[in-house]
Formats: sequence, structure tokens, C-alpha cells
Amino acid sequence: MIAELGHFALVLALSVALVQATIPLLGAWRGDPGWIGLARPAALVQCLLVSIAFGALMHAYVTSDFSVLNVATNSHSAKPLLYKISGVWGNHEGSLLLWLLILVLFGAAVALFGGNLPAPFRARVLSVQAMIAIGFLAFVLFTSNPFERLFPVPLDGRGLNPLLQDPGLAFHPPFLYLGYVGFSMAFSFAVAALIEGRVDAAWARWVRPWTLAAWCFLTMGIALGSWWAYYELGWGGWWFWDPVENASFMPWLAGTALLHSSIVVEKRDSLKNWTVLLAIVTFSLSLLGTFLVRSGVLTSVHAFATDPARGVFILGFLIVVIAGSLTLYAIRAPAMKGGGLFAPVSREGGLVLNNLLLSTACATVLLGTLYPLFLDAVTGEKITVGPPYFNATFGPLMLPALIAMAVGPMLRWKRADLGGAVQRLKFAIAATVAALFLTLVLAYDGPWLAIPGIALGVWMIAAALEEAAYRLRLFRVPVGESLRRLVRSPRSAWGTTFAHAGAGMVIIGIVASSSWQVEKLQVMRPGEEVAVGGYSFKFIGARPFKGPNYNAVRGAFQVSRNGVDITLMEPESREYQDPPMETTEAAIRTGWGGDLYAVIGDPTGDGVWSTRFYNKPMIHWIWMGALVMVFGGMVSLSDRRHRVGAPSRRKAGAKPLKVAQSMAGK
Amino acid sequence: MSEPIAEEIPRRAWLRLVPLVVALVIGAFLFVGLGLRPKEIPSALIGKAAPEFDLPALPGRPKGLKTADLKGEVSLVNVFASWCVSCRAEHPLFMKLQASGVVPVHGLNNKDKGEAAMSWLNRYGDPYDRVGADLKGRVSIDWGVYGVPETFLVSAEGRIVCKHIGPVMQRDLEILLKAIEALRQGGTAQC
Repeated sequence: MIAELGHFALVLALSVALVQATIPLLGAWRGDPGWIGLARPAALVQCLLVSIAFGALMHAYVTSDFSVLNVATNSHSAKPLLYKISGVWGNHEGSLLLWLLILVLFGAAVALFGGNLPAPFRARVLSVQAMIAIGFLAFVLFTSNPFERLFPVPLDGRGLNPLLQDPGLAFHPPFLYLGYVGFSMAFSFAVAALIEGRVDAAWARWVRPWTLAAWCFLTMGIALGSWWAYYELGWGGWWFWDPVENASFMPWLAGTALLHSSIVVEKRDSLKNWTVLLAIVTFSLSLLGTFLVRSGVLTSVHAFATDPARGVFILGFLIVVIAGSLTLYAIRAPAMKGGGLFAPVSREGGLVLNNLLLSTACATVLLGTLYPLFLDAVTGEKITVGPPYFNATFGPLMLPALIAMAVGPMLRWKRADLGGAVQRLKFAIAATVAALFLTLVLAYDGPWLAIPGIALGVWMIAAALEEAAYRLRLFRVPVGESLRRLVRSPRSAWGTTFAHAGAGMVIIGIVASSSWQVEKLQVMRPGEEVAVGGYSFKFIGARPFKGPNYNAVRGAFQVSRNGVDITLMEPESREYQDPPMETTEAAIRTGWGGDLYAVIGDPTGDGVWSTRFYNKPMIHWIWMGALVMVFGGMVSLSDRRHRVGAPSRRKAGAKPLKVAQSMAGK
Repeated sequence: MSEPIAEEIPRRAWLRLVPLVVALVIGAFLFVGLGLRPKEIPSALIGKAAPEFDLPALPGRPKGLKTADLKGEVSLVNVFASWCVSCRAEHPLFMKLQASGVVPVHGLNNKDKGEAAMSWLNRYGDPYDRVGADLKGRVSIDWGVYGVPETFLVSAEGRIVCKHIGPVMQRDLEILLKAIEALRQGGTAQC
């Protein structure tokens, strides 16, 4: 009964979405306040209805109602509660419902908190949101109904893929979707602005927090996903340039570009056309990611249950959304004249460079991801584009972006002095040179690329810190004055400092862990010992044990360094019954210097076990850096401008100038 | 210092259409891609002799499977397991095939427990002539199996002629049957 309620709520939500997509839009065009006013209640009702549907599915999972096909296929009564809940989005139908839920929650947020947006504009935004919702509701109802019943009712369910029964992955999809769907807000604002033919600073001020929040979620989602791959798949890797990983990385790259270009719109009333285009492209790439994961067009380790009928539907939807918005763009772009002029060397210029490099890098990833498909379609040849392509193209493109990113925040708006900016980074330059020599001395026998790589990371961190110190006039004015500046300087500037330093940490983590990793694969008997990069692993033994819904073998390894015992590592090899599958649970010990990573595999007979050990220096800097970046995003999000929301349009026209002056004046 | 720049708005209409055209071209390729099957990677074993192996029978079932069994007559080798959900999907087709007697179907039971496999066959029906119990999956590795189910067409000389990845559906079966017919006529099989 509850499942039917959920299904019914979805049907109702679709009809509400149809109304919300048309009436307010027409109302805004005709100038009819009644029709315009419909947008808000419609968005709220739609949110309520989808929440009911999601709650109904959640209820079916938690109570293990196996008369619902979706639950029977993906859940099992013996599963821990956390995975019963995460099982809701661990499958195609449920994950779509989560997508929808987030979409309508965001819509409701605009309806509730968008009071300071002009009513016709808000109505248009909500209408565009509803159009996206129509596509997804129709998709769920016509091809992927999560509430389908099953008769006869099975005694127990088939279980969730054991690889997905993991806390890291329980939260990976929601974060990813919060990111994807967050970009739908930027998209809706862009389309509404195209319809209205106007983009101004107030527009950017609304788009920026949404983009920023979406970017934070997406960063978090990608980081969680790669962390999961690192410790659960047992390959010791954390990024594989797999099509599905790329699918989440492309919106991230485009979204990062959007984040930066919208600053220019907000502060300098320029780059409007480009920002609107980026907003459309970013969300389009999010949709493309959804399509790639579900259609089976590309081979991937992730592949959801694929179904050609679903593929055709999403592709149709994709084309309508993307082609529709880009056609609108082609027609209306000239209406959005840019304002501010700027010299090539200026803050704006730096942000343009950032955008050029990021979007080119994004295009390279897109090309590499779709190339096997292009080739197959044209010549019938099957190939896989792997890490060599991405390392050869993506790396060189990101390199100048990373170097320049340290200088950008030092440049003034309108016209800047590059020499002066570099001069102000003298401590950062000194730190970078010191890092170069230190790495050279400490790791002279390592791969030579590691040396400039580490220096690059140090440069990014040091420059971010020095920019912050410069902003506070640290050591140049009395401490009290610096403290006053600390309190008064805008939080968005601090967000930049953290995010840029975090990116530097990620670089150091990547370079160090890939350059100086030690890997040992061997078969071992209990009592044997093996040396891995200065550490010694002694195999004590392996014994079977029983988990809540799996049987496992747990190996014990005593780890020591220079004869001193450090820790006991206990990797597991698990065998799940529902569905039958083996997973490896690597034992990972994180220390200041890096990770020790141990995996136990199959017994090869006569008490001999295959084992694998890694010593990965500084690898946790990758995820710590990502966390610092997210933290930076959140700090920026808490900036007063965003908290108060967009001021009225008239005030907004005056304010950016003042901000620009106060930033340029110092 | 060079001239100040302002944002360029593409004045010519066709420039503004570039993003749209790019999106449509990608869309067209994606549409074509839906009809392609990227998972069908041609097997390196096609045209080669079946690998050497000798597998015991399942407990309580006569006839194991070894290389020599594949010689003398065109046959299908179906990799299956009781834990494999897609195997249930293709299973009725193999039952029909066995009833028709067109071609012998041998089973390669992959990474299974003997009892589980037997109760699966008892429950859903046993379409196989011979079944080799590949408990550890080692023989399947030699066959280049990387997912269950997979089905191989083996010629009378014991050569692997075709490989089908994933469940065999009606359409796939028709292709396989045509190939079998061609082999028996002494021609080359298209699959």
C-alpha cells in the first residue's frame, strides 16, 4: 500500500511539474502576477510529493518489503541497517529518485529563500527547474519504476553488491548528485536569464553560491569515490580515468571554471556570455555523466544495470535539454553585452586564462572518454583510451593553470602589474626553490619528474599563504592592525586561500605517492617476513571468521621498522553469499609519512597465501587536500554577501564597484 | 601595455551556433553508440584450438568435460553458475535447444559449489550434455572468460569459432544457429 502511495505521489508530482513548467513561464511573459505567483506553491508541493515517494521507497527498504521488485533485487534482510538505507540509491531506479529528490529540494529552496529575486525572474527559474523535473519524472515513471511489485513474494532479497556495502560508498552517490543537481540551479538561472535577456551582478550573486555549493559537494563526492576505490578495490590505485570517473570529473572542471568566471560577472560586469554558456555546459556534462553511467554506451567498471530503452530515453532528454538551451543561447547571446574593459594582465585576465585552460582540459577529457565510441562508430575498431592519453594531454594543460593559479589572486582588477605581483610572492618563490633543492638532495635517485612536481605543490601552498599574509599586511603593520584586517577581510578571499592551498596539497600527494611508491607481490607462509620500503612485514597467520552477512579470512601481519614493532595489520578477504562475491578489504595504516597498505588474497594451497604490500608516501595528502578545498568552498559560501542573499538590483549595481575598489586600492 | 579588452560577443550567427553543433554531433554519436556493443571485445582465442583441460563431473552427475570431448562434432560450451542471475535469463533457451537436439550444449560450471550447481540444475532443468566443474575458475581463465555467462561455439575439430558474452537471447541464438549450419556445410561461420 505504501509503495502504491509512493507511485501515486510521483504521478501527481509529474502533473504538478507540468503546470509549474508552463504557467509561471507564460505568466512572466504576459506579466500576469497570478500566473507568476503559481511558481512558488507548485515548487513546494512538488517537493512534498517527491519526498513522499522517496520516503515510501525508504520504508520498503528498511522494512525489507520484498514484494517490491526493486527491494527484492537489491536488498537482503540480513544486511546492516546503514546498507538497507544506502541500498535505496545503490541501484538504478532508486538513485534516479534520489536525483529527483535533490532537484525538487533545491527548487523548494529557491521558492522559499528567493524572496529577493524579482518575481518574474524567480518564476522563470522555477519553470526551467520543473522542465528538468518533468524529464526525470517521466524517465522514472515510464522506464524505471522503483515501486513495481513482485509476485510471488520471495522469502529474501538478492542483496546489494558487496562492493557497495561500504560507508564510503553509502555517501558517495548522494554527494555526487548534490553536485550534479546543484549545477542544475546555475543552468536554470542561465536559461531564465537568456529568456529575460539580462545578466547582471545580482544574477551572478545568486548563481555563485549555488555553483559554490554544488562544487563543494561534487569535490567531496569525487574524493569519497576515489578513497573508496583506493581501500575497497584492493588495487592500491585511487584514480583510473575510467569513463564513469571522467563523467564526474568533467562537470567538476567546467564547474570550477564557472565558479571563477561568475566572479568576473559579479565584480566587473563582464564575461556574461561566456558564463552563461559555461553554466549550460556544466549541467549538460552532468547529464551526460548520468547518461554514460546508465546506457552502457561505454565499457566501465561501474556499469549500472544497462538497458537500451533507458539509454534512448535519456539520450532524447539530453538532446532536448542541451540543444534547446544552446539554441536559446545562439539566439539571445547578443542581448547580453559585457560591461567592464580590462587589460590582458589583470585579475580578469587571470580568470580568463584559468577558464581557457580548465575548459580545454575538460574538452580533452571529453574527447578521451568518447573517443572509443567515435572510433567504434566510424571504423568498428574497439580500443580503450587509458591513463597514458590522459597523462599526456591533461597534465600539460593543467600545469600552466596550476602555476598561474598562485599568481592570480595577487593581480588587481582592470589592470595589474605582473612583475609587482611576482615580487610580492618572494617568500613563496624562496620556498619553492628550497623545495626544489631539498627534493633533489633527498630523492636524487627517484624519478626526476617528482622534483618539479613537489616544488609545484609547495609553490601553490606557499603562494596561497603569502597572498593571505599580504592581505593582512602581516609584519608590515602592527599586529593589531593585521588582526583587524583578519576580522574584516571578506570570507570569500579566505575561501580562495584554502581552496588554492588544498589544491597544492593534492598535487604533493599525487606526485609523492606515485613517484616513491614501493610495491611487493609475493606468496607467503606464516612466519615469513618481507621488506617493503624500509618496513618489514611478518606474516603471523590467517584465520577464518564470520561477519554479519559474509565469511572472511583475516590475515595478521606484524609491521616493524628497524626492529621496532609498529603495528599489526589485518587485511581481510570476504566472501558474501547474497549475492555471492568476493571482496578484499585492504588493511591501511596511515602515518605522517604516508600509508602502508596490505592485501591478503587467495590461499594457494599448503598454507601459502598470496599477499600484496604497498608503501605509499604522503598519499593521504590527496584526500586531505580535497577536504581543505571543500573547506575553502564552505568558508567562501559563508561570506556575508551570500548569507544575506542577493541585494536588490539597484543596490547591486553600486556595490561591486565599491568592492572592486577596496580590493584594488590596497 | 597592450590594448584593454572587452568581452567579445560573437557577432556572426554561425559562431554562436558552434556549441549547439558540437552538442548535436556528440549526440548523434551517442545515438549510434547505443546500437553498438562495446563489451564485445573480440577474443584472442577465436580461430584457435580450445585450451587443454580435463574437468571432473558435478557430484551425482555423469560426464565431466575435457578437450577431447569437444572434437568430432560442432558444439556449444556455455559458462554458467548457480549464483549468476543472467544465467537464469538465458536458461529457457538452452532448455529448448536441448529439446530440439540441434546441437549438443556443454556446460562449464564456473566458481560454484558442486551441490549448489546440482540443485540449480534440478530446479530449473538440465540442458547440458557434459558439464565440467571448474570450482576454482582456472579453466575459465584459460578460455578467456571474464564474466558469466559466456557461450562459445566450437567446431568439429575442437576450434573456438565464436564467443558470445552475456546471456544468449533469441536474436543471438539465431546468429549462432546460422553459424552452426555454415560450419556443418563446411563454410565459414559469421558471428
